[in-house]
Amino acid sequence: MTTGDLLRVEGLTKAYPGVVANSDVSFAIKPGEVHALLGENGAGKSTLVKMIYGLVRPDHGRMLLRGAEYAPAEPRAARASGVAMVFQHFSLFEALNVAENVALGMENPPKLRELAGKIRQVSQDYGLPLDPSRMVGDLSAGERQRVEIIRCLLQDPKLLIMDEPTSVLTPQEVEILFQTLRQLSAEGTAILYISHKLEEIRALCDEATILRRGKVVATCTPRDRSAREMAELMVGTVLTPPARSGTAKGAVALEVAGLTVDSPIPFGTSLKNVSFKVQRGEVLGIAGVAGNGQDELLLALSGELRSGVDAVQIAGVGMGTAGPNERRRAGLVSAPEERLGHAAAPDMSLVENALLSGDTRKGLTRHGFIDWGKTRAFAEEIVKEFDVRTPGTWVAARALSGGNLQKFVVGRELSQAPSVIVINQPTWGVDASAAAAIRQAILDRAAEGAAVVVISQDLDELLEIADRFAALNEGRLSAPRPVQGLTIDEIGLMMGGAHGMEVAHGHA
Amino acid sequence: MMLGGINPAVLIASLMVAAVPIILAAIGELVVEKAGVLNLGVEGMMIMGAICGFAAAVATGSPLMGFVGGALGGAALSVIFALLTQFLMANQVATGLALTLFGLGLSSLIGQGYVGIKPPPTARLDLGPLSDIPVLGTILFRHDVMVYVSVAAVAVVWAVLRYTRTGLVLRAVGENHDAAHALGYHVIRIRFLAILFGGAMAGLGGAYLSLIRVPQWTDGITAGAGWIALAIVVFASWKPWRVLLGAYLFGGIAVLQLNLQAAGARIPVEYLSMSPYLITILVLVIMSADKSRAAAAAPAALGKNFHASR
Repeated sequence: MTTGDLLRVEGLTKAYPGVVANSDVSFAIKPGEVHALLGENGAGKSTLVKMIYGLVRPDHGRMLLRGAEYAPAEPRAARASGVAMVFQHFSLFEALNVAENVALGMENPPKLRELAGKIRQVSQDYGLPLDPSRMVGDLSAGERQRVEIIRCLLQDPKLLIMDEPTSVLTPQEVEILFQTLRQLSAEGTAILYISHKLEEIRALCDEATILRRGKVVATCTPRDRSAREMAELMVGTVLTPPARSGTAKGAVALEVAGLTVDSPIPFGTSLKNVSFKVQRGEVLGIAGVAGNGQDELLLALSGELRSGVDAVQIAGVGMGTAGPNERRRAGLVSAPEERLGHAAAPDMSLVENALLSGDTRKGLTRHGFIDWGKTRAFAEEIVKEFDVRTPGTWVAARALSGGNLQKFVVGRELSQAPSVIVINQPTWGVDASAAAAIRQAILDRAAEGAAVVVISQDLDELLEIADRFAALNEGRLSAPRPVQGLTIDEIGLMMGGAHGMEVAHGHA
Repeated sequence: MMLGGINPAVLIASLMVAAVPIILAAIGELVVEKAGVLNLGVEGMMIMGAICGFAAAVATGSPLMGFVGGALGGAALSVIFALLTQFLMANQVATGLALTLFGLGLSSLIGQGYVGIKPPPTARLDLGPLSDIPVLGTILFRHDVMVYVSVAAVAVVWAVLRYTRTGLVLRAVGENHDAAHALGYHVIRIRFLAILFGGAMAGLGGAYLSLIRVPQWTDGITAGAGWIALAIVVFASWKPWRVLLGAYLFGGIAVLQLNLQAAGARIPVEYLSMSPYLITILVLVIMSADKSRAAAAAPAALGKNFHASR
């Protein structure tokens, strides 16, 4: 049926050099409908919504908005037609305040003082409290998202696109977001909801379109399907969860005691009195919403950020003032979140990248000269063991896909026979099968007797692999608790609860 | 009133004059950096403004046309920088340094026929009885028009950045070009225009040197003023009124140094000539000592090239 559809997408195709991002994609949304766009990273969801929002122009196909031809040349045109978008990586400006950020996303913003009043009004109506004069750089991730949502709501959109909105929220914040979205939908606003989190989609969405490698592989009503069915449609294969072997815990390999350091990152979060112990054979999962001190904790553990001598102890020896190489020598390896530029040098080959962190423990240099043969063998061993898909080890790190590079970076650290492993976001932006392989490898190292600290924003991942669980909130670490018997509600509270969000009120 | 052979009123008046080229160039560079572009070619654009302004004034006999020519000369050189960095994605630091060297060379080539010529004089602004107020009149009301233009330029840039949508968009582009692009702003176009503005302001500053301050053409007439202007932008933590403050501070040191020499202070001349640069270095070190604060004050996308590939 064509009539009654708010937006109709017919045969959209978009190709980039070397990859077809979208191929003949069609679907339709009715007014007030919450429509899910489901797919793995790289399935083409983002490209599709960028076409709807006018950021990317399709090669073929057409779009109809309320039955009329719709081809936005730029986001301005899309906004004028009533299409608004909340971005996955926020399109916010940290050094500007909330009102200025909102004004930048509007066509004809009123004077800043009037705008501040309107922001207060809308934030009241939808239960999204926000102070217009605060600097965005000082806001939590949940509050930043509110800025984006309010920016959209002020333009009275007919279609609201949300790109992975819950990846930065605590479970409580997610629940409040859903209430806001349901209120909007009841008022007749259609919502295009992009996610790969199946339970959320089952809880929220009326219809779902599933994308795989740029093609629509299925459409379904999420409430009628199980999460497992949808996962298999999305991934295209049957997934096996990682196997955990119950090994006995050994001596304490890493102890952090009263770690307090200032953040070296602008608008970063300082660590405040962080303490925990990890035994050999144990996986400690550290959760938390992005920007609550995860990056700083990794830096402080890896040695890039120094602290008091005894704040970080590896096998009982104070290493707080030691640099990364000394800590590597003592058995601690680390893999930061940012793959390109932090974990790997983008323009250097895999062999060179293997050398950069592997030299200390694998002895890849002799008298200051690089032993290329040994280094190449080390890189090849990583590629082989961790199933990194690459034409060869001479390829630049930048050329690998996110998932493959992540396998290489994690594999490089795990292959150094470490006694302590620290990983931040091990499977961020990695497809499901590669993620499963990385998690399995982490568990295998733990079974061999390594102490593992996994910092992640993916709760499911932590619950799957961690023995004990703690959460970072504004730079403070909650007391670690065994994963078994922990409920999602308790986890949410450890992560800081709803951060002062209120449930939607007003009309509704 | 005299202090150790120096009249404070005259000193302040002359530091205001000495600071004009730095203010103009620095306020232009501030706008460029607020848009997220680091143009180290200020010195080159200034000296191109100096020679183009000088040539235009000599050819037309009008100091006004001289300043127009100076602004055009500076802007023309900045177009090279804008094309290279914004469209061809050249490294901004390297391109800026090359621009300075190129500007110094080209200006001395153009200037060969102008050595020893006197430019048409610029009249002082006649402010009638205001000029006759004791002390205050000497300090504030006996200047040429460009002194007032330089202060007005600071006020205008401040107001535009703070109160207008144009200013907001400009700051947004310098803060996070990917987000600005996602919201539909034309990052490259805005930066291009900002670079042109910066070039024109630097050129104006250069023309002031060759037409009023010196006033004649010599090779290397800017003598590092462009570098001081760059330093002042950092010193001012990208705030317009602090640029004015900084420029008067540096102008003051330069003038004091000359006056001390004239008054026969028993310090070797070389130390005095070094002092403004030494203080520049000191101020930059102090400014960047607190890393997180320095980084927070700087436009976050400063010096990063933008490519709308994603």
